[in-house]
Formats: sequence, structure tokens, C-alpha cells
Amino acid sequence: MLISKEEVEHVAMLARLELTDEEKELYTSQLNVILEHVHLLNQLDTSAVEPTAHVLPLQNVFRADAIQESMDRELALQNAPAREDGTFKVPRIV
Amino acid sequence: MELYEMTVHELRDLLAAGRTSAVEIAESVFGRIAQVEEQVRAFVTLNKDKALEMARIADARRKNGEDLSPLAGIPMGLKDNICTKGVLTTCSSRILENFVPPYDATVTERLEAANGVMAGKLNMDEFAMGSSTENSGLFTTRNPWNLAMVPGGSSGGPAAAVAADELVYTLGSDTGGSIRQPASFCGVVGLKPTYGRVSRYGLVAYASSLDQIGPITKDVEDCALVMNAISGHDLKDSTSAPVETPDYRSFLKADVKGLRVGIPGEYFAEGIDPAVKATVMAAVRKFEELGAVCEETTLPHTEYALPAYYIIAPAEASSNLARYDGVSYGYRSETAPDVATMSQRTRQEGFGQEVKRRIMLGTYALSSGYYDAYYLKAMKVRTLIKQDFDRAFERFDVLITPTGPTPAFRVGEKTEDPLAMYMSDVCTIPVNLAGIPAIALPCGFLDGLPVGLQLMGRAFAEGTLIQAAYAYERNTDWHERKPAIGGVR
Repeated sequence: MLISKEEVEHVAMLARLELTDEEKELYTSQLNVILEHVHLLNQLDTSAVEPTAHVLPLQNVFRADAIQESMDRELALQNAPAREDGTFKVPRIV
Repeated sequence: MELYEMTVHELRDLLAAGRTSAVEIAESVFGRIAQVEEQVRAFVTLNKDKALEMARIADARRKNGEDLSPLAGIPMGLKDNICTKGVLTTCSSRILENFVPPYDATVTERLEAANGVMAGKLNMDEFAMGSSTENSGLFTTRNPWNLAMVPGGSSGGPAAAVAADELVYTLGSDTGGSIRQPASFCGVVGLKPTYGRVSRYGLVAYASSLDQIGPITKDVEDCALVMNAISGHDLKDSTSAPVETPDYRSFLKADVKGLRVGIPGEYFAEGIDPAVKATVMAAVRKFEELGAVCEETTLPHTEYALPAYYIIAPAEASSNLARYDGVSYGYRSETAPDVATMSQRTRQEGFGQEVKRRIMLGTYALSSGYYDAYYLKAMKVRTLIKQDFDRAFERFDVLITPTGPTPAFRVGEKTEDPLAMYMSDVCTIPVNLAGIPAIALPCGFLDGLPVGLQLMGRAFAEGTLIQAAYAYERNTDWHERKPAIGGVR
């Protein structure tokens, strides 16, 4: 057992997913199968290998710190599920 | 031949000669869609009124004597993870089922600037996670060659639409094979460019170090024409490569004399259907007939690509999909008393099973205590996979493999077994990890279903791939075959 149901519940909390009990059971078993396959990677000795996070030799892609056009506020609010006074409205935080 | 059956270059020639109009072509295409869409189900959104308007503009500009792109007036479609301002963009997910982007993707802008006629948005596996389009949160697209079969995924809609002549060409996206595998299943041409060749600005992100947009077309010449329009550095995409784009038309030469073609043994091992192997090996012999030098080679870390991908891609996805929280766009669960519960419930209700599964896998792989064992390890294996390709490309110009282990499978066949579904991408995934370009094109049929070969090339050598593919295509006629949809042409 590579991942327990308790760990699945913890990960669901981290991922902000309100899983059902059936899903917790299903994902525990499915993730175990997948992780079992992933463990194939341990056959390889990678102690002297550098990780590749990104394939292109690009670094620090910057532009000048000069003000450019921003998206129009109305456009940005266009898809808001709820809005008030030009802002996105959500249920209470605390 | 009907207008909707033609290629970009054939329609361009007719338009240039004044023998048809963009409006006529658009009407032919929409007529075809009305005829077969109920069976194929490739479209999430049809953009008919705006498309006809774009066609009228293209015709007016041509009448005005303006110099136009080869793509001008030609109806096309975009996978539904490519942002189109003012047009619904859902990623085939319930969580974005009402999302209308306030901006265009760079590729959308470039095709509009070329007077392309954007006829609709196409169905996909939800958030590009899948290999059959069965993970669409909306409905399943069918393979035009056999409606009981899947079109492949995640760009199933884009591939099916081109195969069914519902659109002249489409743009898909490819993270682990999502352009090439459906192109292969549907008997059309699909190219995944080098990472950084085509801007990702406006492509809804799945795995940011792997995603690329690319063309799905009826033939290789069309692929070159679309690549010309969409490629190139973009300031709005910081991962966009600051390299020159050649004119891909210059590679439309049916010449492969002396081309060094490598045949990596790992892609022809057990796990690949023997009939698929035989079909691809027949294509190898064709290349030899045409003067290419074909030789066996090895990419020793191939079997580690799938496990590495199924850590890296879900990890990046878990981060990219954190933004879907019901706050500023998309679906919001109405029942929650506080914002944390609102987000949890929104995501639970809005995401499908495969998306949740990958978010869980990715979150776990990045979490404290597991990052080194999984994500860091996978990134190191990625280096080894890339090095295999670097070594191979010292001796070879292109590598040839099957695009997948089998032709299209039955709807419902693999949906209960996530790992079995993941295995359909064994031949395509290594390419994304290495960031190199690859093209899929038809090389035969098995039981009436297309088989695709895959050519892989060096980074930024899409031209070599186009030339090799063009030579093969010009000396075969697989690309001329059309499906009889539901038994009716």
C-alpha cells in the first residue's frame, strides 16, 4: 500500500476537493495502482543526473518595468459568478 | 468533389482563380456539418454567424486586390481549450461550461489576421486529460471511420472534424500525444511542434512544460501552411522560443534521398499490436525505396517515459488547475456558507473523475515528504530521456515509430482502467518530455481503421519532418481515402 486512505483525505484537503466516501475509496485503490507503476523509476540510478524542469535554455525572460495597458475592468468582471462595486463577490471568508 | 472535401491548398487555388468564394466554401462546410454532426459530435460550439461574417470580409479583401494569406477564407476550428474572445471556451468541462474569454489566444489572433474563418470550437477530453475524448464533461465524439470507436484524445473533436470533412483544418493541443494519437486514429495529419515554437498564450494550461498547440490537417502541404501562420516568438508567452520560423513551404519537396532514419527498437517491442508493427515496417520499406537510409537504434530509457509523465504532468496540472475555485469565472457551487467550502464544493461538482484523479496524483507528488521521491525523480528521468534523443539525433535525421500501440479502440473499452488508458500514449509521451517535434500521418488501415506512423525530429527541425512526411505521402495514397460515416459517404 503506497498511499493510505488517510493520505488521500489529506491530499484532497490540500487540493481543495470535497470528495465523496466512494471517491476516497476509489482513488485510494486507483492511485495505488498508478503509483506502483511509477515506482519503476526507482530502477534508475539518478544520483548524478540534473533534473530537467524545462527543455529550452531560457532564463529570466523579462521586459522593461514600464506601465502597459491592462484589461478593461468590465471585461475582467464579465464572467463573475457574483459581483459588487466593481469587485468579485464571494461568501464570507471567515 | 465538394468544396468541403478539399484541402487548404486546393481551396486557396480556387479562390485565387476566382472560381469560388469564401462564403460559398463556408456554406458548403456548414452543409456538411448539418449532414454528419449528429453522428460524429465533434463540436461544442458552432460559430456560424460570425464565420459567415469572416468569410464575407475575406471575400471583400480579395475583391479589393489585397495580398492574402493562403489560409484566407478557409473554414477551420479550434480545440475548446484555446481562448476565443466572445466565444464560449469550455475545455469540455462543467467548471467552464459558461466561460466566455475576454481575450483571444495568440494563435486565434494570428489565424484571424490571416482571414481564417473560425467555424467552431471542438470537443476534447476535459482539460486535455485523456486519450479518447471519453473524459469530455459534455459528450463523447465518435470516430468517423467507425462510429462505435473512439476518435482518440484529447484532441478527438479536432481530429474527427477534419476526418469527417466538417472543417478544412483544426488546431489541437498536445501534452502527451493529444494531437498525434487522435490524428492517427482518424487517419489525418497531426503535428506537435517543438516546445516553444507556437505560443501558448491563451491555451488553457494543463502541463506548462509539455503543452503545445499544433495543426491537424488533411495532408502535409496544409500542415506546412498552417504552421507558417501560427509559429513564431510571442512576447506574451515567456516560454516562447526566440528563434526564426522558416517558410515551411520550402520543405514541400518529395525527396528523402540520403535521409538517415532511425528505428528505435523499444517502440516495436511487446505491447505494440503486431499488425500495427507490420504496417509501420511497410512504411519503413517505402522510405528505403525512396532512398532513405533506415537503421535500427535504441532509446534505452523509453519504458520510463510513461511513469515520469504521470508524475510531471499531473503535478503541473494540480498547480494550473488550482485557479478553478469559483471566485472570478466559471461554475460556482451555490450551497456553501464560506469561501473555502465554496471552492472545495465548486471543484468537486465542476471537475470530472479523470481531472480529479490527476489533481490528486499531482498534489501528492508535490507534497511535503514526497517531492524528492516523485517529482524531482521524474524530472531527473526526463533528463535521461532527453539525452537518449540527443544521442540518437547525432546519427539520424528522423526517428520512425508507430503513433500508438493499436488503432482506435471501442467506446467504453478502457474507461474502467485508468492505467490501460494511459498506455495508449507510450509512443507519444517521450516526445513531449524531450520537447522535440513529431508528426503523425496515415500509413495504412487495419479492419477499416487508420494506422498512423510517427516521425520524430530534432528540436526546431519541423521542416525535416514536413519534408520526410511529404515524400512518403506523395508516394502513397492513404491520405486520399475518406470515411463512409455511418456507412454513407
